[in-house]
Formats: sequence, structure tokens, C-alpha cells
Amino acid sequence: MTRVTVGLSTCGIAAGAEDTFTALETKLAGLPDAPDLQRTGCVGMCYQEPLVEIRNGDGVRYLYGRISPDKVGRLIDEHLGQGAPITDWLVWTSGGKGSDHAYLSRQHRIVLRNCGNIDPESIDEYIRTGGYLALQKVIEAKDPDGLVNVMIESGLRGRGGAGFLTGMKWRFTRMAPGTEKFIICNADEGDPGAFMDRSVLESDPHSVVEGMIIAGYAIGADHGYIYVRAEYPKAIERLTIAIAQAQERGFLGDGILGSTHSFHVKLKEGAGAFVCGEETALIMSIEGKRGMPRVRPPFPATRGLWEKPTSINNVETFANVPWIVINGAKAFNSLGTANSKGTKVFAMAGKIRHGGLVEVPMGISIREIVFDICGGIRDDRKFKAVQMGGPSGGCIPAELQDTVIDYESINKTGAIMGSGGLVVMDETTCMVDIARFFLEFTQRESCGKCTFCRIGTKRMLEVLTRITEGDGRDGDIELLEDLAPRVKNSSLCGLGQTAPNPVLTTLKYFRSEYEAHLTNKKCPAHHCQKLLTYTITDDCSGCMLCLKACAVGAITGERKKVHVIDQAKCTVCGECYKVCNLGAIAKD
Amino acid sequence: MHTHRRYSFKNQHFAGQEGRLIPLLQQAQTEDGYLRRERLEEIHELSGIPLAHIYGVATFYAQFRLKPVGKFLLRVCHGTACHVSGAVELSQAVEKHLGVPNGETTADRMFSIETVSCLGCCSLAPAMMINGATFGNLSPSAAVKVVKKYQKGERS
Repeated sequence: MTRVTVGLSTCGIAAGAEDTFTALETKLAGLPDAPDLQRTGCVGMCYQEPLVEIRNGDGVRYLYGRISPDKVGRLIDEHLGQGAPITDWLVWTSGGKGSDHAYLSRQHRIVLRNCGNIDPESIDEYIRTGGYLALQKVIEAKDPDGLVNVMIESGLRGRGGAGFLTGMKWRFTRMAPGTEKFIICNADEGDPGAFMDRSVLESDPHSVVEGMIIAGYAIGADHGYIYVRAEYPKAIERLTIAIAQAQERGFLGDGILGSTHSFHVKLKEGAGAFVCGEETALIMSIEGKRGMPRVRPPFPATRGLWEKPTSINNVETFANVPWIVINGAKAFNSLGTANSKGTKVFAMAGKIRHGGLVEVPMGISIREIVFDICGGIRDDRKFKAVQMGGPSGGCIPAELQDTVIDYESINKTGAIMGSGGLVVMDETTCMVDIARFFLEFTQRESCGKCTFCRIGTKRMLEVLTRITEGDGRDGDIELLEDLAPRVKNSSLCGLGQTAPNPVLTTLKYFRSEYEAHLTNKKCPAHHCQKLLTYTITDDCSGCMLCLKACAVGAITGERKKVHVIDQAKCTVCGECYKVCNLGAIAKD
Repeated sequence: MHTHRRYSFKNQHFAGQEGRLIPLLQQAQTEDGYLRRERLEEIHELSGIPLAHIYGVATFYAQFRLKPVGKFLLRVCHGTACHVSGAVELSQAVEKHLGVPNGETTADRMFSIETVSCLGCCSLAPAMMINGATFGNLSPSAAVKVVKKYQKGERS
């Protein structure tokens, strides 16, 4: 049976996939043997949305990119009607063709195994692809200690950022005294630039729920919480459906699959605080308090939610669990490097040609991801840096693009693995401005508990802001270098301890940009507005567009003659640059 | 004078259930569009949680608002990917078009503008959200066009 699927995750929907789905529905309804039309999640090729896949009766799959509703008619006529796939629109086929074939074929999908392949709102489809078999295996084996050992042996490390061994966390929680214990799924994906958790929750929510139930069995917990960002309404919707379905089928609730083990899951909507990604702050938030971290130890494994032993793991970590249970620790730890096992999902964004989700074995180089898989830099610009690890991470320059991606190698550069957001930058990105951007973020998101995090980040932001505005002073770089270690050393939680990283890495690799801002009052990337000078070149045709756009009357000139900008009057707002059709306005 | 609506969770007992506070505030905000003082007092009466603590929680989290917002809440994403792809210019364009700065509501109470840390649509940068709908790959002028559609009533 031929099957037509449309990717309907947030990214697909934003690109118009719902209209595409409706168009397909209408057109297919008129056909005699209409194929199945189904919704799926996100296959990760966000740059090609809306995506439509046609799976022929013989099982060969054809993935079409950028299918707007107006293309639907031709797609149905030619592919379904005449059996002739439209080569120009194909991005990938299971037969090894398509314009962006490398993007998917170079990946190794464990976490994303079902994403884009199944209907996320159907438990039957999840079961058909082997879902809940891992849970069954675990319950039948009746060996929670053995299960914890398998997780330790697999080498799976927490995918939320810190990279602690998941199995060890489970062991500590299992060994902690107490009869009431909790599992928490950290779905408060707050790092700007990371969106793999959203995508997994929207595309394959059951894999996360199954991972949690297995974790509950391993540590002896009856209750679990999923703490999910309120900014992810689609993920919340699909998780709610998944939980209800799992309850109905007896995978959740009392006496799971005929055993004596019980597990209940509650969904908690986060209320918008980045610091709640930190585990003790997250616990405070579930308890109904301000999300302020507390001193560790005691670690949540011994004293967590409601003072009970609690294991907090990330979405991607949980999605790995059923796969490891089924395929074994060896299958997982044969992938990756010495200390970083398995695969990692990266969220590719920024100035990259093919942005989306990429799951690759640990140990791949930055170059391979950026160029071989994601097609390099957009508009053929020059690759300048990648930002890894969000506000806690740093910028890795293009010279270090052969760095392999594992926890230790990334740490050596000054960045961190973090949750796997990879924002690519080109020569138009100002690195001082990026540092300022992250400090603005951490300064705003600091909970205020520790003085150095609360005030130190504020002072660092002020220094960075004045540098980008041309008001930098002698000694500003030294001031930043003096403040950074103090903020790091005097903060309780990861937010403050890592907040200076974006400044330190940009100072380490792009110090000359800071110096240009300070001494020459110039922004080498031509980004910092206040440091620009606009002039009109001889290409000016005298069309008077810029003259009319200038709000302060700084531009003079007659029709059909080259215009002039009076620098004394110019407020460098950039309006003239935007309206000029001839590119006759130069900025420096 | 507005009629004082009671919560749908009236007569339930929340004493000793501090964990319910954030969901209660979320429910109140969903119903009223923002957190009215009367409702914070009501939560205090029902739960016994001190009003100062409730206020502390309400002002800690970015989601909660103590002022009403317009019919359409326009959230411009200022995540990393959006930032390097021109989110600042996008914000400037919609602010200029609607004539109100970030964080404010238009006089006709139709639009409120705010910036958010990340919508998780990084591959569609720059992005913005109007109520539940997400729009991606926007130029400043394309963003203004989207707003105009809402103004003309073509979208709601």
C-alpha cells in the first residue's frame, strides 16, 4: 500500500505544512485507490520543510522538499498517477538518490530512529517499530541491578550538558535509602540554539515515556515528572496523548504488564526560567517555588524532589534507553570515542546551508558536520566559527574545525558539548557582539542568588555593550579577564560557573576583534551599528530613495546626480543602506 | 465594573500542596490573560501560601504577566540563531510598524510585543510567534506583512 506522509512538527507547521496536508487531503480524496495519508513528526531536514514522503507499495521511499500546496497537484499526478517521481524536487530516496542525500545517509540514528517515520500520535505505530519491547524485556528479566549495569557499561552520558554517566546516576538513586523515589525528565530545553528535545518530543514522544518507565523500574521509582517548557505547546500536546495511550495499554499505571511495578507520569509545564534547566532549580520549580539552585551535595540522587531520592535525566538521554536495552551495551559503546560513547544529536542553525537535526556518532569532526553533512556556509560566505553549548559554551574558530566532537575535546577548546546546539557563524558575525548577546542572556536569566553571578554578569555586560557601541575604555579587556574567573568561582550552579565562557573563548580566539572595537572604533564584521560609517559611492543613480528614507535629513543631492551623506548629521540608522537598490551605499 | 469570576478549582483544598502553585498561576493567566491581584489573593485564601511568596513566584518566571496584553501577543525570537540572522532588525521593524516598544501594548489593545529567548525553531531563523502560530525565515518587511494580515483581519 502506498503511503503519503507529511512532517507536522513546529518547524514544518511554521513553513506551511498544514496547508500542504490539507491540499493533499482534498486532492487524494478524489482518487480511486487513494493511498494512506498520514502525519509524521520531523525528519530533521528543517531547511526543506514542508516535507512530503511517498512510500511506494514496494517499500521504496521518496522524500520531497519544499512542497507548498501549489505543488501538490503535480506531485500526485506524476508520482502517484504516472508512477514517475519528480527528480527535481527529490531530496532523498531510500534508493540512494536525491539532492541532499548525504544529509540523511551520513547520519547514524538512534535517538531520532522514529522521527519522521511514524505518526507521533499513534501508539500502534510506535509498537509496530519495536516500541515498548524494551520495557517488556526489562520487566520479564526482573533484574533492575543488571539493567543499571547495562546502562553503565553502555557508557551513555547525560545529554543535557554536564555529561555525567547515566547508569551511575541511576545506581546512586537506586542505592539511596528510601522507599519513595522519583524520575524527572528534564525537557526544559532552554539553551537558545538547541531544539532536538522539542523535535524528539513532537516526533517520537513514546520513546521518552518508555525510557522513563524503564528508569523508574531500574531505580525503584513509582512516579515520574516531565518538566517541559511552556514555549513548546506541540510537544505538550503530543506528550499528553502519549501518556494517556500508554496508560490505556497498561505500560503506565499500577501493575505494569502484569508485574508488581507501578509507574505514573505527570506533566509539569515550565514557566520560563532558563536556570530551571539546573537540576536543583528544576526541583524547586516543581515544588512550586522560585527556581533557585541550592548547594550540592546532597545531590538529588539522595535528596531531590520533596527531599526524596530523584534521578533527573534529559529527553535525549531517555530516548536512548529503549534502544540500548534492546540492542545491548556493546552495540552502543562500539560507537564513539574512548570516553564519549554512542551518538549525539546536533541542532544545526545559523549561517549554515542545511539547518536542522543531525545525529552522528561521537568522534566526528566539526568540519564533517558543517561541510560534508550540512552543505557548508550559506551564500558561499566564509566559515568563521561555531558556537557550541549555548550560553554556557563558547565559540570554536574555523581553524579548529578538525576538532573531533566528544566531551573532552570540546572542553579543551573552552566551549562545552552542552545540549548540542551548534550555531554556525560567518564573517558577518561580530564576535564581540556574540559575547555581549550571551551575557545579556545570562545576566537576565541569573536567579540572583549568588552575588558574582547577579552583579558580575551585569558588569561584564555593561563593559561589552560599551565596547560594541564604540565607548570602550583602555583596560576593558583586562577588566573582563579579571571578572570572568571570579564569576566562575563564586557561583553555586552551572549558570554562573559557565556564564563567562562565551567571553573567554571569543577573547582567546578573536582578541583582535575586541582590539579593533576599542582602539580603531571599528567593527571588522560590519555588524555593530554605532561603529559604522555610511558613504555613497559613484554607483548612485540619483534616484532619491535614500534621501527620502533618511529621517534626519543627512542626505543631499539632486535627481540623477550622486548623493552625499553629511556625516555630522548621520545617526547611522542604516535606512539608506536598506532602501538602496543599486548597492551604492557602502558601510565601513 | 467587572464581575469577579471564581476559579474552576473553587472549594478544592490545596493546603500543604505548594507544588500546585505554578499550575494554578498558569490556569489563572490562561483564563484572564494576565495575573490579576484578586486572583493571587484568591490562591492565597485557598492554599494558605503567603501572598508575598505567591508574588515572588509570579515575578520570578518569564511566563507570568501582571499587566494585561493585547489580543495578539507577538513574540519575536531572540535566540542565538535568530540573533545572527537579524532578529534585532526584525524587532525594530515590527516595533516601528506598530508604534510601540518591546514589552508594550498598542493603544487599541490589539498587539503586544515581547522578545523571547528561544522558540526552538532555530533552523527557521529569524522567527516570531503570534499567539499560537509560528512564522519563520522572516525579513523585517516580511514580518511587517504578517502583522498587517492580522491587522486587516485576514488572520486571527
